[in-house]
Amino acid sequence: MEWPGLGTAFWLQLTRDLRLAYRHIGQAANPLMFFVMVTTLFPLALSPAPELLMAIAPGVIWVSALLASLLAAESLFRQDIEDGTMEQLALSPQPLSLLLLAKTASHWLMTGLPLVLMAPVVGHALFLPAEAVPATMLALLLATPVLSLAGAVMAALTVGLRRGGGLLSLLILPIVMPVLIFGARATDLSMQGLEVSGVMYLLTAVLLLAVSLAPAGMAVAMRISLD
Amino acid sequence: MESCLAGNTNPGDRPKPETPVMSAAEPGALLEGQGLELWRGERRLFTGVGFELRAGELLHVVGPNGCGKTSLLRVLCGLTLPETGEVLWRGKKLLRNRADFHASTCYLGHRESLKADLTAEENLVFQLGLRVSLTAADVDTALERVGLTKQRAVPARSLSAGQKRRVSLARALASRARLWVLDEPYTNLDVHGRELVDQMMSEHLERDGLVLLVAHQAHGVGAGVTRRLELG
Repeated sequence: MEWPGLGTAFWLQLTRDLRLAYRHIGQAANPLMFFVMVTTLFPLALSPAPELLMAIAPGVIWVSALLASLLAAESLFRQDIEDGTMEQLALSPQPLSLLLLAKTASHWLMTGLPLVLMAPVVGHALFLPAEAVPATMLALLLATPVLSLAGAVMAALTVGLRRGGGLLSLLILPIVMPVLIFGARATDLSMQGLEVSGVMYLLTAVLLLAVSLAPAGMAVAMRISLD
Repeated sequence: MESCLAGNTNPGDRPKPETPVMSAAEPGALLEGQGLELWRGERRLFTGVGFELRAGELLHVVGPNGCGKTSLLRVLCGLTLPETGEVLWRGKKLLRNRADFHASTCYLGHRESLKADLTAEENLVFQLGLRVSLTAADVDTALERVGLTKQRAVPARSLSAGQKRRVSLARALASRARLWVLDEPYTNLDVHGRELVDQMMSEHLERDGLVLLVAHQAHGVGAGVTRRLELG
């Protein structure tokens, strides 16, 4: 038997998920809304003093980004499991790891990339110095895919459970700690006008590790969840 | 929960002489189950289930509710791993041969596996696109055959239960799969729909296809060889 190539399969899965997300744009925009709300509530709740907000800006931005990704991870595979389309993916001749990677990629495009693009606006609200914005955006660009990939592995593992939400957060948090630490450090260093390339290299390394290992992990976890 | 096996072949169901049941290149069984046993929690669903299925043969799995018919189909598809036993496709173990087996298999579960927000056509194009390179005409033909030409652009959420089932039937038609795994295909279908399922299966068997069927009611398939497997 012959079947279409890996590129075709990846593209089909990616465009299908983007189309579905587009038809439910409100739901897909949830994590972004969360990110913007949390980060803009801080200046309102605390005193609007620039020094104070500037001091907490790296922490607030990165913790909100992390929590926004956590929020999004839960729904990543749930719908597909419930309507039975995940079974069909597992029964297609294409590698399940590739299809789940495509799903995660589309998920990142809908939930992770908007966070990166929104960072300058949010940074402005927190009096983040303009020279720290490019480094923060680059660090978010490297870090949010890792958050999506880690979330996808854990979501695949817990999707068979009826109430896996709490467990999911518990599983993801320790894994994404390095990302939070390096990411906040990148923002911090660039605010002080220091060299950030070291932190960026570390974030890139974590991203490469996640891209190469996570798809296999997702596929194995998903087959267990489907059993 | 003892289970027994009855792989008897009805002599009256022999295929017409002009349709070759087995091509020379493929001697023996295409799909084979050997000593399958499955537990769900503390309960043994079935044990010692074995069968052989050749080209142009239909395996009708029957048994009371909850005896593990759907679970057996999931084991045969490779979705569930059995406690003991092996499933062989073309003489090779399923797990070693997964891509080839899944390319040759079309599974219709009792859920329709349709995305509610996509139209019937989009659903088909996506699901089939992962397995065969297909043209728009193939999808058209399949949709026409199941009588959904007018509803092709309707989102799946607005289709009735029977129409959703027909979309799944169209998937089987256009999938070019050798093995059809049908879990209660008659559910939600009207009289014409049930006749359509029987016709589709007959034609598939005449093309040397294989069918695994779970259904409570007797089917009206005249072609090919029917084997019965009783569970429970």
